[in-house]
Amino acid sequence: MHHHHEPVHWFGTIFGSIVFLLLIAIYIVGVMISNKKYSQWPLYRIVLWSLGIICIAISLVGPIAEKAHNSFQSHMMTHLLLGMLGPLLLVFSAPITLLLRCLKVQHARIVSRILKSKYVEIVSHPIIATVLNMGGLWVLYVTPLYNAMHSSILLYSLIHFHVFLAGYVFTASMISFDPSPHRYSFIYRSIVLVLAMASHSILSKWIYANPPQGIDKFDAEMGGIIMYYGGDFIDLIIVIVLCAQYFRRTQMGIRKKELSEKSF
Amino acid sequence: MNHNKYNIWSGIFFGIGLVAFFDEAVFHQLLHWHHFYDKATLSVGLISDGLFHAFSWFSTVAGLFMLADMRKRKIWKKKKWVGGIFVGAGVFQLYDGTIQHKLMKIHQIRYNVEIFYYDLSWNVIAVILIIIGVILLRKSSSTGELNASSS
Repeated sequence: MHHHHEPVHWFGTIFGSIVFLLLIAIYIVGVMISNKKYSQWPLYRIVLWSLGIICIAISLVGPIAEKAHNSFQSHMMTHLLLGMLGPLLLVFSAPITLLLRCLKVQHARIVSRILKSKYVEIVSHPIIATVLNMGGLWVLYVTPLYNAMHSSILLYSLIHFHVFLAGYVFTASMISFDPSPHRYSFIYRSIVLVLAMASHSILSKWIYANPPQGIDKFDAEMGGIIMYYGGDFIDLIIVIVLCAQYFRRTQMGIRKKELSEKSF
Repeated sequence: MNHNKYNIWSGIFFGIGLVAFFDEAVFHQLLHWHHFYDKATLSVGLISDGLFHAFSWFSTVAGLFMLADMRKRKIWKKKKWVGGIFVGAGVFQLYDGTIQHKLMKIHQIRYNVEIFYYDLSWNVIAVILIIIGVILLRKSSSTGELNASSS
């Protein structure tokens, strides 16, 4: 199934790498612009953004991405980087806040109008985001789509774009460091997150038992295990951050209440 | 939620997480008794396993955050909390040992052995955990009453 088109392959790798380096550079320029007008943008966010972009880059260009065409285990690792760890790191780096800081007021207004739009409200609803994210994966691995993906560049690009975007929107709908006008309660998000995690672990065991079309048994078993434990690790970070945000907020509420009671 | 209930629920959450983590670390990873996937598993078992697996991670983290919250607010009642842990751990262990292992056949405790004795000890331990938890909870409420009446 794998064809050697050396020149094309080299072109793709170099072109891709330039795009990813540009994305890191744009963020850094954004930070420089923001620092002139506002308080210092934390350095760790630049690091997180860069790591997130590197995760995505590894999953799309270079040796591991190449290997993922033939090996399901490698594919699963790139999937974890592209759909889970990369998006998580990017969410941590609060790119929308940075964007709003860099734009002129009238342009920032357009961005915030988009964020408040019905469309964004719908796709970033925790349940819709989960269905887009997990539903997409079920369709990819349970139907012959996975096999078809490797014979069409268009399908390959669309699916990878979807995996990343759905992963980002899902993560941001659970924990966000950016302004999010449509925020659901802690309990609501927790329940949806647990269901999403369950769906992820069920799918990985499903893959273990039912290899996707064109994948041999051992490769599917290893891929399923990588998906199961890799997913656990990244989901655990989301759970910790979700709880940390909630308990910090309630404690601040309690402290305010105590202070106001003392002042009487 | 009143402080007693908050303590007990935090313990139950953490107990569920603790026993699920123990199951994963000891029986799956160290001993290799449990199998990742058993061909006899019913679909409903796969779903139950997935849900409890996800919930156990969440409840470990939430239980510990509740503990930190209680300590900060100085409302932590150690006995109530520990009692909750035993109850949570025991109930989950019992559910795992009866419904998940036996009814839904998600996997057996161990393979190629006389499984009955393993099942028996598994579930007896679960019941013992629950009993210890209930005793701790009852004790903690009776001492609580004593303190309240003496003060």
